[in-house]
Amino acid sequence: MIKRLTQLVLGACIVALFSGCAERQTVDYSAYKQARPKSILIMPPLNQSPDVKATYSMLSQVTYPLAEAGYYVMPVALVAQTFNQNGLTQPEDIHQLPPQKLREIFGADAGLYVTVSDYGTRYMVLASATIVTASAKLVDLKTGSTLWTGSATASSQENQQNQGGLIGMLVVAALNQIISSAQDDAGYPIAGITSARLLTPYPNGGILYGPRSPKYGTD
Amino acid sequence: MSITLPAWRTGAGLLLGSLLLAGCNMPKPLYQWESYQPQVYEYFNGQSKEEQAIALERDLEKIKAKNGAVPPGYHAQLGLLYSELGRDDQMVQQFNTEKALFPESAAYMDFLLSNAGQGAKR
Repeated sequence: MIKRLTQLVLGACIVALFSGCAERQTVDYSAYKQARPKSILIMPPLNQSPDVKATYSMLSQVTYPLAEAGYYVMPVALVAQTFNQNGLTQPEDIHQLPPQKLREIFGADAGLYVTVSDYGTRYMVLASATIVTASAKLVDLKTGSTLWTGSATASSQENQQNQGGLIGMLVVAALNQIISSAQDDAGYPIAGITSARLLTPYPNGGILYGPRSPKYGTD
Repeated sequence: MSITLPAWRTGAGLLLGSLLLAGCNMPKPLYQWESYQPQVYEYFNGQSKEEQAIALERDLEKIKAKNGAVPPGYHAQLGLLYSELGRDDQMVQQFNTEKALFPESAAYMDFLLSNAGQGAKR
């Protein structure tokens, strides 16, 4: 009984660590708080994965967490179109643009530079997992200084642990492979989770709430 | 061990659930999103702009019906679709609505409107 209780407490601790509510190392927010960005311009993400879909799958899903955090997010497709019309189609080139120039055209306070390092489905013996991993940097477009950095990952396997028994696992693996290949883009829903994890405020490590959130200034 | 494992799982599940509810209480969303983000992905994938505009117009009615808040970028996205469909008057209207709802977009909307040769009205 005591052993079971210990396991429960241990389990709870692990869960708390991963839930994002736990206290982590202290992060220096002084530059971020001083800059008080109201609006964020999102550059098309750099893609380090072999899947060409990663950039726009991610770009189309970063607005939600940032807007819900209280920021005005510059319209991502329109912004990408403006870059295109100026001959800038590659995220690599866009990420090199001078911050002050971006501020001049878009009038945004901060720029978000996202890199997708992992995007796709890995086929393994017992399970196939679709994994999306990304990191991000928030930059003050007035000064060019970095206000915040973070990273997050999500996997299709997270809610499928402990399906019970080897046969059960094999069935799930087969099913996942059918679904993954039937869909055009298995990474898309996972990228949405990665984006939410990356850009939803949480204490000591997350982005801060923006001016349009009722929680602005509380963190 | 094999007897206590299911109980452990149940316990862990309950703990996770209660932590999510109590520890990180989920606030109500600021905006009514409807299909904005999926429609943006459709745009990037080169799908029919006519259909995207119809979907966003339909969802805008849903948002209005529920008296919800239109997300940032929604009207701008409609404006982009109208401009590429050659419906310039509607484009101007949408960019101006974006600007009215979100003054943070003013500089960019004015830039787009002046590029379109319409000038910033209102």
